[in-house]
Amino acid sequence: MHPAFSVIFLTTLIGAGQGLFLALITAEAFSHMGGLTIQEHNFYSTGSLLSLGLLVAGLVASFFHLGHPERAWRSAAMWRTSWLSREVIALPAFMGVVFIYGLLHYLEWNPKVFGTTALPETDLTLMVGIVGIVLCFTLFICTGMIYACLKFLQEWHTPLTPINYTLLGMSSGFTLATAFATQYSLEMTSLFGTWAIILTFAALLTRTASLLRNKRIKYHSTMSTAIGVRHSNIQQKSQGSMGGSFNTREYFHGMSTVFFKSVKWIFLLLVFPFPLLLVGMGLSNDASILLVLAFAVQYVGLIAERWFFFAQANHPQNLYYQTI
Amino acid sequence: MTQLALVIDLNVCVGCHACVTSCKQWNTSGAAGSLMDDNPYGKDPTGTFFNRVQTYEVGEFPNTETIHFPKSCLHCEEPPCVPVCPTGASYKRKEDGIVLVDYDKCIGCKYCSWACPYGAREIDEKQKVMKKCTLCVDRIYDESLPEAERKPACVLACPTSARLFGDVHDPESEVSLAICESGGYPLMPEWGTQPANHYLPRRKTKIRLHEDELTRVDNPLKKDGRLPRTDPDAPFLEDSVSW
Repeated sequence: MHPAFSVIFLTTLIGAGQGLFLALITAEAFSHMGGLTIQEHNFYSTGSLLSLGLLVAGLVASFFHLGHPERAWRSAAMWRTSWLSREVIALPAFMGVVFIYGLLHYLEWNPKVFGTTALPETDLTLMVGIVGIVLCFTLFICTGMIYACLKFLQEWHTPLTPINYTLLGMSSGFTLATAFATQYSLEMTSLFGTWAIILTFAALLTRTASLLRNKRIKYHSTMSTAIGVRHSNIQQKSQGSMGGSFNTREYFHGMSTVFFKSVKWIFLLLVFPFPLLLVGMGLSNDASILLVLAFAVQYVGLIAERWFFFAQANHPQNLYYQTI
Repeated sequence: MTQLALVIDLNVCVGCHACVTSCKQWNTSGAAGSLMDDNPYGKDPTGTFFNRVQTYEVGEFPNTETIHFPKSCLHCEEPPCVPVCPTGASYKRKEDGIVLVDYDKCIGCKYCSWACPYGAREIDEKQKVMKKCTLCVDRIYDESLPEAERKPACVLACPTSARLFGDVHDPESEVSLAICESGGYPLMPEWGTQPANHYLPRRKTKIRLHEDELTRVDNPLKKDGRLPRTDPDAPFLEDSVSW
C-alpha cells in the first residue's frame, strides 16, 4: 500500500495523546491508593491539555486524507459495520472526556462522588478518568481494527495489529509523560519512566512477532486465481492503460527495496533501543533533556514504523498491475 | 432475488478495448458528471475508468497463449467494500444486486478501495469521490430507449459478443446457462466475496486421433488385383472327392 502521511500522523499523534492520558490516570490512581504524593491540579490539567493537543493535531491530519472533508460528519453513520465509522465516533468522544478531565482539574473542582468506610473515597476526576480509559482503549482497538479487519491484506489481518497500535501508542505516550513529569515531580518521573520502559519492551516483543509473522506469509491469491487460468507461468503484458492509474498509485509504495528494508531497521532502532537507553540514562541522571530527546527520537521512529506498516501490506489487486 | 451481472467470455474476447471506450463515453456523459481525465494527450496520461482490458501471456514460448482480460467491478454478492464504508455511500441495491456509490455522500476516504481485493474501484481525482462500474444503471432501466438497447454500454459495444448481461440468479437466463454449460468461474474465490460477474474460460476444439485411425486396415481406396494363380499341378477338388 502507498503510505499516506495524513494517516501516519493521525495514528502516531493520537497514539501518543492516548498514552499520555493513560499515564495521567495511572498517576492519579497510584496517588489515590496512597503510594505516591498527590500532585497539584496543575499537573493534570497541563497534561490533559498536552494530550488534547496531540489528539486535535491527529484529527486535523486525518482531514487531509479525505477528498471531501466538509462531509466528514457523515462518517459516523455506519458504526454498526465499519471500524472506521467507530473510530470517527470514539475519537471525539475520547477528546471530550480528556477535555472534561482537564477542565475539572483546571477548575480544581473535585468533589468526592462516593466513598464509604469500606470503599476508598473516589474523586469525580478519577471517575471521569475511568470513563476516559474505556474510551481510550476503544479508540486503540478501533484504529487497529480498521486495518486488521481487511482479511485479504494478510500482513494486517492479525490480532497483533491492534495490539501493536495499543502498545506503541502507550509506549510513546508514557515516554512523553516521563519528559513532561520532570517539570513537576521526581516521583512521577520515575513512575512514568518505569512504565515507559516496560511498555516499550512489550511493544518490541509484539512488533517483532508481527515482523516474523509477516516474513512467513503465504499469499492466498496468485496470478492463477486472479484471472482464473490454471497455469504456473502467467505474465502480464498490458494493464489496460499507458500511463499510471489510481491502482498503480494507491497500492504500491513506489520506493526501492533498499529504502524499504532500511526503513525497517531505522524504526527498529529509533522506536525501541534508543528511547530505552535515553529514558534509562535520563532517569538515572535526572536529565530532562534526555527524556525529551527520548520522546522525539521515538516519535520519529514511529513515523517510520507506520510508513513501513503501510508499505509492507501487499494488496491482492497488485497482481493485476504488474506491468504497463 | 435478482442479481444482475456480466459474463465475460475469454474465449471470444479479442482485446479491442471497444468496451472500455464505450463505457468511458457513456459514463463520462451522464448525470453524475464527467469521469476524470488528466493530461489525456500528454506525457503521463491518467484517468478514471470503470472497465479496463488487460493482456496476459500464459505459458512459455513457443507454447504461449494470449489472454485478453476485461476487468471491472464484479458486483459481489458479499461485497467487502460495502460494510467498511463509514458514511453508507457504498451500498448494494436489494432489488437487482448492483453495488453503487452515492457520490453525494462519499467523503473520498478510499477505505472501500482498500477493501476490494480486485482493485475495481478508482477515485475520481477531480471530483474527489470513489467511482466504480454501475452496470450502466442509468441506461438499463431507461424506458425511453428501445428494449434491445437497455443493456450496459460495454455489452452493446462488444463486436464479438464476448460480454453477456443478465440475472445470474435466474437459472433459465442466458448468463446462467452460459456459466453452467461453459464452465463459468468467479475471480479469487478464496476470499468468499462471491462475485456475481463470471468469466468463461478459454476452450480448445480438439480432435483425438488414435494410431490405428491413421492407417486404415480396410482401406477402401485399395485397388483390387487379380486373385493369386493356383498351382496347375495341384489336385482339383474333383480329383479328391468322388461324388
